[in-house]
Amino acid sequence: MTVAIRTKGLGKRYGQRWALSDCTIEVPAGHVVGLVGPNGAGKSTLLQLAVGLIAPSAGAIEVLGRRPAEDPAQLGRVGFVAQDTPAYAAFSIDDHLCLGAWLNPSWDRAVSEARIDRLGLDRRQRAGKLSGGQRAQLALTLALAKRPELLILDEPVASLDPLARREFLQGLMEIVSEGEVTIVLSSHLVTDLERVCDYLIVLAGSRVQVAGPIEDLLANHRRLSGPRRDPRSLPASQEVITMTHTERQSTLVVRTDEPVLDPVWTVEHLNLEDLVLAYMARAQGNETSAQRATGTAAVSP
Amino acid sequence: MIRLAWRQFRLQAAIAASLLALVAVVVILTGAHLAHLYDRTVAPCASRRDCSTAIASFLRSDQFLQAGLPPLLLVAPALMGVFWGAPLVAREIETGTFRLAWTQSVSRLRWLAVRLGLVGVVTMITAGLLSLMVSWWFSPIDRINLNRFSPGIFSERGITPIGYAAFAFALGVTIGVLIRRTVPAMALTIVGFVGTRLAVTYWIRPLLAAPLKLVTALTMPGTGSGAPPGSWVLSDQTLSASGRVIGENGGVGPNSAAGVVVSGSGAVSIPGVGSCPGVKLPTGQGPDLESPSVEHAFDACVRHHGLRELLTYQSASRFWPFQWYETAIFLALALILIGVCWWWLIGREQRMSSRSERVHTGVVFDESLAPAVGRLDNDPKQGAVAVGRRNALPAYGLARDHDPSWRRLRLDKPPVQRPS
Repeated sequence: MTVAIRTKGLGKRYGQRWALSDCTIEVPAGHVVGLVGPNGAGKSTLLQLAVGLIAPSAGAIEVLGRRPAEDPAQLGRVGFVAQDTPAYAAFSIDDHLCLGAWLNPSWDRAVSEARIDRLGLDRRQRAGKLSGGQRAQLALTLALAKRPELLILDEPVASLDPLARREFLQGLMEIVSEGEVTIVLSSHLVTDLERVCDYLIVLAGSRVQVAGPIEDLLANHRRLSGPRRDPRSLPASQEVITMTHTERQSTLVVRTDEPVLDPVWTVEHLNLEDLVLAYMARAQGNETSAQRATGTAAVSP
Repeated sequence: MIRLAWRQFRLQAAIAASLLALVAVVVILTGAHLAHLYDRTVAPCASRRDCSTAIASFLRSDQFLQAGLPPLLLVAPALMGVFWGAPLVAREIETGTFRLAWTQSVSRLRWLAVRLGLVGVVTMITAGLLSLMVSWWFSPIDRINLNRFSPGIFSERGITPIGYAAFAFALGVTIGVLIRRTVPAMALTIVGFVGTRLAVTYWIRPLLAAPLKLVTALTMPGTGSGAPPGSWVLSDQTLSASGRVIGENGGVGPNSAAGVVVSGSGAVSIPGVGSCPGVKLPTGQGPDLESPSVEHAFDACVRHHGLRELLTYQSASRFWPFQWYETAIFLALALILIGVCWWWLIGREQRMSSRSERVHTGVVFDESLAPAVGRLDNDPKQGAVAVGRRNALPAYGLARDHDPSWRRLRLDKPPVQRPS
C-alpha cells in the first residue's frame, strides 16, 4: 500500500501554543479519506502542513514521498481547497481559470471549462459576487484542473448551506468515480464524510484515535450492553473504547475482529457517527485522566 | 507568473499611466512657454542691465505650477508605497487568497520575486518619469535658483525620487508582510516614509561629503555671498583677528544680533570688538544703514579690526554626486527591506523545514524493515518503538498492546539511522 501523507511526531507551534503536537499519521493513497475530529484538533494545521503553506516546528512530514512544497513539481502534484475557499474578489471566473493555466504546467483547460459550464456559472462573473457554494465549486475546479495526484480539502463545506453542501459533495463524488486521485477531506461533521469517504481517520488531541476503511471500522466495532461487570474480565481480543456504567448495567463500545459470543451481552452495530463520538470521548477522557499514555494508535500500513 | 502579477496590477498601472499622461500634457504645454520666456527676458538681461526686474517678472509667471508641481513629486513615492506596496502581500493574507496563490505550481520565491519585481519596477519608472518632467519644467527657474541643495529642490529633481519611490514601495510591502493587515500597514507606511525622509534630509544629507571651508573678508550684513555661486552654505561664522569665533551669519555676539553701533556723536563701534578710530559718520543723519557712506564706514571698521568670515559649504558641483549618494542610500534601504520580506515569508519557513528534516533523519521510513517488524518509530517521549504484527515482532520486551493484532514495543536500541 502506498502512502499519500506520512508524518512522524509532527508539531506546529504558534508562539507558545501548539496547534498540533506529536502527530504521527499515515494517510493511504487510493482512497477518499475523511479526516474528522473536534474543533481545534489540528486538522487544518495538519492539512496546511501537508500542502506546505506552513512549515513544521517539530517532527517530519512526507507527502507522496517528498517534502511538501519542496519544488514547483511537488506543488503541482497536490491540489488544495483551502478553508472558506478563498478567491480573488476582483477576478472573474475566467480570470481564475487563466490564473490556473498560467501557474500550472499540468493545467487541463478542457476539464476546467467543462466543469464551470456544467455548473451553469457565468464565466464573466466576478468571484466577489459568487455565492459561497459557487465559490467553493470554483475553488474545487481550480484544484482539480491542475490534475493533482492528491487532492486536499480543508473543511470545504463548513460554511455552506445544506443545499450547496450537497451539491459540492455530489461534485466531489463525481471526481471520485472518475479518476485515481487520492482525496483527503477534513470536516467535523461525520454525516458529510459518510457520503463520500471510504476511509476514516479520527484525529483528536493531535493524535490519531482510529484509522481504517469505513467498512472495516463499522464491521469490527460493537456496542455491548448487559449486566454490570468488570471490563477486565473481557476476552483479550476485545479492546474497550468507551464504557459507561449504571448501577446495574454496563454499556461498552469495543473493537474486535471476532464475533462476540458471550450470551450475557446484547450486541449492536454502531453507525459511523457513534463510532467517531466514542473515540472522541475516549480521547477527551484520556486527556483529562492524567495522560494515561495510550500512545499513538498504530495505523496498519 | 508574470501574467498573474500583471493581471493583479493592471488597474493600478492604468491609473498611474493616465495620471502621468495628464501631468505630461500640462508640463509640456506650459514648460515650452516658460523656456521661451526665459530665453526672451532673462537670458539677455545682462546686456540690457535689468536683470533684477527681468528675473522678478519671470518668476511671477506660472506661479500655480511652480507651487503645485514639486508637492506632486513629494507625495507620489509615498502614495505608491501606501497604495501599491502595503496591500501587495497584506491583502492576500487578509483575504486568504495567499492559500490559493501559494498552492499552485509556482514556488513562493518566484511568486514574491515576480510580484515585487513588476510593481517595484513600475514604481521606480513612474517616479523617474515624473521627476524627469518636473526637472525639465523647472530647468529655466533652476538656473536662477542659486542653491539647488535646498530641501524643496534637491528632493524633487533628478534621480532621488526614484530612490524614494523604491524605498516607499519596499517599506509598504514589508510592513504589510509583518503586520498582515492592509489599512494599518498603509498608515504605518506613511509614518515610516516621512520619518526616514526627514531624517535623511536634515541629518544625513549634510554629511554625505566632508564640507568645504573658505575664509573671506567679512561683508556686513553677512549673506554668505562670499561662497561660490550655487553653494549650499552649512554655516557662516564670524572670526576675530585672532581666529576666535565671535558670531555667525555676519553678526557679532552671542545671538549675532549686534552689528555696528553709531553713537550720537557719530563715532562707530562694533560691540564686543571695539571702536572704530578714524571712522566717523556725519551726525544728524537718519538711520539709513543702506546708504553707501554707511556701508563704506562699516567696511573700513571691519578691516581695521581684521574681522573675517568662515564659510562651511557644499559646492554646486556636488549636486549630482549628492543625488547619486542619496538615491543609493534609499535603494540600499529598499533592498534590506525586501530581504526582510524574503526572510519572513520564505527563509524562516525553509529553515524550519530543513530543521524538521534533521529530526526526520532519526526516523526510519525504511520499508525494507517492514516485513520483519512492521515499522520503526522514533517517538520523542518513548524513545525507539517498533510497531508491527503481533507475530512478526521478536521479544524485545513488551511495552503495550493497544490493538488486538498490533503491538508497540519499546526497543533498547534506537532504530537504524537512514544513511544520509
